Amino acid sequence: MNGARSRLELLRRIQALEFTAIDLNLFLDTHPRERRALEDYNRVVRELAAAKREYEEAYGPLVNFGHAPSPDGWRWIDEPWPWEVEN
Amino acid sequence: MWLYEKKLEYPVRVTRPNPRLAKNIITQYGGPDGELAASLRYLTQRYTMPIAQAKAVLTDIGTEELAHMEIVAALVYNLIKDAPLSEIKAAGLDGYYADHDRALYFVNAEGAPWTAAYIQSKGDPVTDLHEDMAAEEKARSTYEYLINLSDDPDATDVLRFLREREVVHFQRFGETLQLVQEYLDRRRYY
Repeated sequence: MNGARSRLELLRRIQALEFTAIDLNLFLDTHPRERRALEDYNRVVRELAAAKREYEEAYGPLVNFGHAPSPDGWRWIDEPWPWEVEN
Repeated sequence: MWLYEKKLEYPVRVTRPNPRLAKNIITQYGGPDGELAASLRYLTQRYTMPIAQAKAVLTDIGTEELAHMEIVAALVYNLIKDAPLSEIKAAGLDGYYADHDRALYFVNAEGAPWTAAYIQSKGDPVTDLHEDMAAEEKARSTYEYLINLSDDPDATDVLRFLREREVVHFQRFGETLQLVQEYLDRRRYY
C-alpha cells in the first residue's frame, strides 16, 4: 500500500479521534466556559483533520456533498460501505 | 442540513451469524426505546427549546443517535445476512423473514412496527427534557438486558459502548434541564 498506513488502521485512528471530539462537543454544550475542554477539543480537531486528509487522499472521500475533493475519479461510490464489516 | 460520514462511530465486528441475538438487538433499531425513536425525539423537540444550549444539546445528541442507529443496523445486518433458513426458523425469525427476508425494518424484538407514539414533543422544555432523561435510562436498561442475553463477545462489546453513551447523554440532559430551569426562573423574577 505504497507505505501508507493500512486503511483499517487509519480508520480506527479516525474513529478514536472523532469519538473524543463527539464527547468533548457534548460536554462543551453544557460547559462552554471550561477552558481545558475547549483546548482539548481544538487539539483533537487539528489531529482529526490531518488523519482524515491522509485517509481521503489514499481511499477517497469520507464525507459527501462537497466536504472532500475527489481528484482521481469519483471515489465516493467505492465499497466497502460502513455496514459492510471487515474483520 | 446533515452530511453523511462514510464510517461507523464505533467498529462493529461479527464473526458468525446469530439470528436469535439479531431478533433481540433489532429492538434498539425500531423498538420503543431504540435509536430511531431517540434520534427523532430529540431532533423534533429541539425547535421549541428556549435557550441556545438546549438547542445545541438536542441537535448534537439527536445526531449521535443517528450514528447509533447505524451501528445497531450494522450489527443486525451482519448477524442475519449469512444465516441459513433453518437457523432463522429456530430463532423464531421466520415471521420476520416472511415480510422482510434478511432486510432491515423498524420493529421491536417481537416484530411490532415502529410508531411515532413511542415519542412525545410537548412544547414544554422541562417536560421534554424529563422525557429525554427517562428515554436515556430506558435505553440503558435495554442495552443491559441485551448484554445479559448476548452469547457473542463481539456483539457484547458494541452493546457496552452503546450503553455507556446512554449514561453520558443522561448526564448532559440533566445539565441541560438545570440550565433551562435557571433560565425560566430568571424570567420569572425580572
